[in-house]
Amino acid sequence: MNYDNSKPIYLQIVDLFYENILSKKWCEEERIPSVREVAMMVEVNPNTAIRAFTYLQEQNVIHNIRGIGYFVSKNGYQSVLNIKKSEFMKQTLPDVFKKMGLLHVQMEEVTETYNQYLKTKEHEKK
Amino acid sequence: MIQVKSLKFNYPKRKTILDNINLEFVPGNIYGLFGRNGEGKSTLMKLMCGLLFPKTGACQIFDQPTSARTVKGLQDSFIVPEDFELSPLRIATYAKVNGAFYPKFSFEQFHHLIKEFHLDLQDFIPTLSFGQQKKVLIAFGIATNTKLLLMDEPTNGLDIPSKSQFRKIIAEAVDKGKCIIIATHQVRDLHSLINHLVILDQARVILDQSLSAVSNTLWFGKPPQGISEPILFSESSFGGKVVLPRNERHETEVDLELLFNAALARPEEINHILKTAHHEPAV
Repeated sequence: MNYDNSKPIYLQIVDLFYENILSKKWCEEERIPSVREVAMMVEVNPNTAIRAFTYLQEQNVIHNIRGIGYFVSKNGYQSVLNIKKSEFMKQTLPDVFKKMGLLHVQMEEVTETYNQYLKTKEHEKK
Repeated sequence: MIQVKSLKFNYPKRKTILDNINLEFVPGNIYGLFGRNGEGKSTLMKLMCGLLFPKTGACQIFDQPTSARTVKGLQDSFIVPEDFELSPLRIATYAKVNGAFYPKFSFEQFHHLIKEFHLDLQDFIPTLSFGQQKKVLIAFGIATNTKLLLMDEPTNGLDIPSKSQFRKIIAEAVDKGKCIIIATHQVRDLHSLINHLVILDQARVILDQSLSAVSNTLWFGKPPQGISEPILFSESSFGGKVVLPRNERHETEVDLELLFNAALARPEEINHILKTAHHEPAV
């Protein structure tokens, strides 16, 4: 794992979990790796990994079944979607808006680029 | 599990290198021991495993002084020193001969670790490079399953892929019953593993804190605009980095290098803020 220096490592592990759930690599009600396996995978202290697991449990994204392990919760995908969407609206977009202001980018130009992007995507599919 | 009480030490005819050191190491943690060159990190480790004896004060493992070298204490502690010489044997023979001294030694685990490090049990130790010999010793140290594992600069001499391998192995090895203490200058190699740090400077402990306490109290990063409070410490490389009291800010990852320099430069202030924050009830 490549660490971002500013974000606490446990939150970076949380992001990794979100990614796996959004990309359906980990499906709802499926078992996920154990604390130790995650600690080894990302080369961190198991205590740090536990913090990430606890955080995700509080967000109702994963849950623990005693003696068996951790599972993605029933509505885990939707929960992650809500969390990431709100993060996008509250953090990513304001950043973009700020840059738009600095660079004098108009909304029309953005719309145009976005439509262009959609077209290219469509082409690639065909 | 291991306690250092009012410990004082000096080498013959030299000035005091450790003065009134008080520390306690608890299982389930990975401690990082830091300090400038020659500040007594390796000396402290040797005292903790009974290779040196304190002038005054004591170092105790399971309530027995390490200098007494009790069988129980020796069976449950292992040190991977920075410099070492291994017997001229094949790896497998080395493990069989020396493993006998450690009741919880697991040959199976040792074999697994040797494979992880891309070595072979049949390799003849003197024909291996320094880095490879170090891997043998690290693998052996972990496989002894001692409650106390001391490592002095374990990543020195390891190649780039092996450092990652080392982190995986340590993450796997640590558990509730084990106490791992690592002395190092290679902060970046081990940053993600350490959860408690001890800094030695001028013969004293200038910082002894868990990283979670540090990240709760201090903030690390590029200086935000328009801050009113005093900056605790700043460095001017690449747009500048500062240490600030965290207050209401988002939690940041502890920048160990920055914290180390801050603690050396302003030990009183850093300790003061960490200690006062600790006494406040958690919100």
